[in-house]
Amino acid sequence: MSNSDAINGSGNGRVRTMDIVNKGLAKRYKRERRFRMMGLSAIILSLAFLSLLFISIIANGYTAFEQTMIQLDVHLDAQEIDKENLAAANYLGLIRTSLKKTFPDVKKRRDKRKMYNLVSPGASFMLQDFVMRNRHEIGNTITIWVPADDDVDMLMKGNIKRDVPESERRMNDMQLSWVDKLIASGQIKKVFNTTFFTAGDSREPELAGIWGAACGSFYTLIVTLLLSFPIGVAAAVYLEEFAPTNRWTDLIEVNINNLAAVPSIVFGLLGLAVFLNFFELPRSAPLVGGLVLTLMTLPTIIIASRAALKSVPPSIREAALGVGASKTQMVTHHVLPLALPGMLTGTIIGMAQALGETAPLLMIGMVAFIVDIPGGFTDPSTVLPVQIFLWADSPERAFLERTSAAIMILLAFLVTMNAVAVLLRKKFERRW
Amino acid sequence: MSPTQLLLTLLLLTAGGFYIGRRQAFAVSSTKGGPKVLHSRPTYYGSLTALWCAVPALIVFSFWLAFESSVITDIMIAALPEDIRTLPADRLNLIVNDIRNLVSGNIVGGKISPAIQAAADHYRSMKATSHAALSVLVVALAIVAILGIRKVISPALRARNHVENVIKVLLIACSTLAIFTTIGIVLSVLYEAIRFFQIIPISEFLLGLEWSPQMAIRADQVGSSGAFGAIPVFLGTMLISAIAMCVAVPIGLMSAIYLSEYANKKFRSVAKPLLEILAGIPTVVYGFFAALIVAPFIRNMGANVGMDVSSESALAAGLVMGIMIIPFVSSLSDDVINAVPQSLRDGAYGLGSTQSETITKVVIPAALPGIVGGVLLAVSRAIGETMIVVMAAGLSANLTLNPLKTVTTVTVQIVTLLVGDQEFDSPKTLAAFALGLLLFIITLILNVIALVVVRKYREQYE
Repeated sequence: MSNSDAINGSGNGRVRTMDIVNKGLAKRYKRERRFRMMGLSAIILSLAFLSLLFISIIANGYTAFEQTMIQLDVHLDAQEIDKENLAAANYLGLIRTSLKKTFPDVKKRRDKRKMYNLVSPGASFMLQDFVMRNRHEIGNTITIWVPADDDVDMLMKGNIKRDVPESERRMNDMQLSWVDKLIASGQIKKVFNTTFFTAGDSREPELAGIWGAACGSFYTLIVTLLLSFPIGVAAAVYLEEFAPTNRWTDLIEVNINNLAAVPSIVFGLLGLAVFLNFFELPRSAPLVGGLVLTLMTLPTIIIASRAALKSVPPSIREAALGVGASKTQMVTHHVLPLALPGMLTGTIIGMAQALGETAPLLMIGMVAFIVDIPGGFTDPSTVLPVQIFLWADSPERAFLERTSAAIMILLAFLVTMNAVAVLLRKKFERRW
Repeated sequence: MSPTQLLLTLLLLTAGGFYIGRRQAFAVSSTKGGPKVLHSRPTYYGSLTALWCAVPALIVFSFWLAFESSVITDIMIAALPEDIRTLPADRLNLIVNDIRNLVSGNIVGGKISPAIQAAADHYRSMKATSHAALSVLVVALAIVAILGIRKVISPALRARNHVENVIKVLLIACSTLAIFTTIGIVLSVLYEAIRFFQIIPISEFLLGLEWSPQMAIRADQVGSSGAFGAIPVFLGTMLISAIAMCVAVPIGLMSAIYLSEYANKKFRSVAKPLLEILAGIPTVVYGFFAALIVAPFIRNMGANVGMDVSSESALAAGLVMGIMIIPFVSSLSDDVINAVPQSLRDGAYGLGSTQSETITKVVIPAALPGIVGGVLLAVSRAIGETMIVVMAAGLSANLTLNPLKTVTTVTVQIVTLLVGDQEFDSPKTLAAFALGLLLFIITLILNVIALVVVRKYREQYE
């Protein structure tokens, strides 16, 4: 009974075990609390990183959804514009004349050049567009809003600080006074930046947009989806329902698990060597991008589809076989429909992965500077993440906010896709 | 017809084939007592026809397109004037490229000589002929198949078995694609890497201490001769990965422990998806974050305490990469911690240990193999990560372990060597494939070890 004596403390003169335990208890509880706090702080720390990332990107990017416009009164001189050949007219000259009229006291040549740079180089194209749509205005003086240069835009958004010394500022005091004059006369305002959503890439931040990259991403994802979903589902069905357990199947399994962990850039090397150099498919094409991303997302889709097939209880299969269905009929009529929501969820997650992937696409030339909006699967194009990468490299301050804005758009797409996947899983999840 | 139109036509023909086959099945059975005398259900006769219509035609279609451009190019080169045809291979390649650009309507540099213009026209006409021939062939194949199958449809035809066999073959083909991908990766990377090792000895690549892949392109050009010692590049990769692991493993592991052992259900259901968001953010976003926020922050901190921190320090890239890998470590550890049987915990509680003692002395040791496997997978992820280091780490290969200096990584070098103009017989371009081969081998070894460890561990408690 010595054991219970020690616990009950009925023995006299001996050190009781209970006392030893009690002595250390406070320390142990303290350690327990500390450990618990460490766990909690690890989670809080990761979430803090997450919010820091989101906050910094939103803080940098929300201004890109607005663009500064400058109002110009342009006299469409009938002598300057040939009605037969509208494209040949000197629209840049017209814009410059109008600027000269707005600031009549600018005389020096160097200052004039600075003054011309208040508006975007795209202004003359806008004017040309306007004239082509409104031929009857030729000879009149029209009022047109044109995008301001990115420096003016940055000044209006407060990214070029007025209180720094002139020598360290991108705009000198004279330029500031011009902008102030425009502000005073109400000839400058910020509007919603539609260019950002409708234009392709450009060297000028105020003319650059994400529509071209978004189209490229769309075509690439279509190719990826059309190839990876059927192939992935078919592979999963074979491995889960038909394949005998032998070395060959084992080899396939090992391969799939390993491919899921191969660095994505290696898939880019494969695409470069096989699709571009061997099959001589066009560079920078969504078709090739889609092929590479298909190979990359297949393991994800196969693994998710197999999990979905596994979750269908065997009783369903036995019932189908019992009423005389063939094995293929059992799979296509009963197992597949039940596993489909799970497979779709996996596919959407795979697509989200593919949408955010950059590195392999750099290898196959989707990193080129492409102004045109791609119109098909073989047109040269770029994709959203690559566009972000390209803009992030540009030195202009205005591209910084556009990069952040493009990231916001990309993240919005990803969040939507993942939310759809979660909803799908919630709606169709079935416990057998 | 253009290939896209041809595909659409084929799709229509296939649909027609299905309809014709199905109707034929009803027709042949109607005189003998209705569809019940058929061996298979009528749809299977339709599917059989459709399959025969589509599959051979598609095979011809894809093979034709895969080899069309190289065959046409060969014919065109053979038809070029003697003086152009006998040019050295690299000059000839330039001219062929010019011709191709002319054909696809791109801008061609320099003046276009009549011979090249003629060759371009020749190329264009051959391409048109080839497309026409392909269209005729594919459509003919499809129609012949439909008519042929329509003839053999009879109640005794075992259509279902045929269709099911075809389906099974397709399924097998799809599942072997994973193997072909691996073979494709190995072969393509290996082939170029071997070409590289013919120029630069493999010992120099593996043991050299200097990396500067800039080569003089012309013989008379002044420039660096190029040094291809991979050790500084690998050291840089290891440095950045190690920093990433120092961030990701403690934070990821502690989050997993908290989530699986302490957190109540409600907290778990909120915190876990939020952590998963970190895993879903594209790496290019992390790269931007590293270059824009973290790197300047670290540099300013360093400047405040009087240290000289590079603006592309390994620390910034490693830190952000660590953040990216946190959810990876935490979800893998979460799985293995959950797989530890409750009885082990109950035993520890029964002996009077506190919860943290149970975790550190019983649960973690029991889960250790699985956690190690997860960490190995995370390391392989960090080594192969590209965009963060491309945007936040440097280009110059310094042989240093100082996290405040600039280092470069394998993936950065691959990207810089392969983006832009490529010349496939210069060691500079081929070096990228040699690096890719090493990258593939290292990650492969890590993955295989990790997968084996994780699998063994799972079996232990199942």
